[in-house]
Amino acid sequence: MRARVHVTLKRGVLDPQGEAVRQALGALGFAGVGEVRVGKVIELDLDSTDAVAARAEVEAMCKALLANAVIENFDVEVA
Amino acid sequence: MTLRAGVLVFPGSNCDRDLAVALRRAGAEVVMVWHKEASLPAGLDLVGVPCGFSFGDYLRCGAIAARAPIMGAVAAFATAGGHVIGICNGFQVLIEAGLLPGALMRNAGLKFVCAPAPLSVGTPDSAFTRRYARSEALSLPIAHHDGAFVANATTLARLEGEDRVAFRYRANPNGSMNAIAGVLSQNRRVLGLMPHPERAVDPAHGGVDGARLFAGLAEAVAAGALEGA
Repeated sequence: MRARVHVTLKRGVLDPQGEAVRQALGALGFAGVGEVRVGKVIELDLDSTDAVAARAEVEAMCKALLANAVIENFDVEVA
Repeated sequence: MTLRAGVLVFPGSNCDRDLAVALRRAGAEVVMVWHKEASLPAGLDLVGVPCGFSFGDYLRCGAIAARAPIMGAVAAFATAGGHVIGICNGFQVLIEAGLLPGALMRNAGLKFVCAPAPLSVGTPDSAFTRRYARSEALSLPIAHHDGAFVANATTLARLEGEDRVAFRYRANPNGSMNAIAGVLSQNRRVLGLMPHPERAVDPAHGGVDGARLFAGLAEAVAAGALEGA
């Protein structure tokens, strides 16, 4: 199975990188961009063939390493 | 009694030897400990987690190092009351390992900051800061890209209320909440700080304000105040 993990900053955590991207977009003439938040995507190839088990395993990976619960949220897609 | 210190070495550590030199200057006996070891040498008073770019700063700064085999032993050492210092990347590692609260994020100005940082001492109440006076002004070098200390309101209030801010920036260089540059664990035996005391122990470094941190530790051991692990 393939899993895709989206790691995003929690609401309320300042994202200076997102703010810099927003300003750069404005400088390029893209008007009307409100807040920008930068996150990351992690793709995993898994031996598992069971979607439910794979999701549980990847969620455990997120809690153990892939995301930092203090500042980040994660979202898992399995296909 | 001589201070016995173990300094961890990860792939990408680059201040491990500087830390060993600073500790030896204070009279310590130092052993280097490779990250793949599963246990620490017996009889240590202190574990040092050095600065650098452990594991290339991949995923998050310090995240991979915090899960290295040796870190289980470091956590057990800290739980048993051992003293641990993490400097810069070492601070990031200790936070990622859950030995200190909060998180260290990209500097507010987005730039890597490499400069002398004017600091003030938050608390002299620890083996690390006993040779400094409360609110004393000092200067230590900083060199980091991800040093903005953030924590939720509850954690921040606890750190302040329990007098656990070891050092504070006098001119906030990175957007750290409450200008926090270094924090202590609840038992005051784990210190993490972004500034580099080990790079300020010789007049040729441009300053010696870091020397008293190591001298204080050595003194605490000599006084028998560092018993624990």
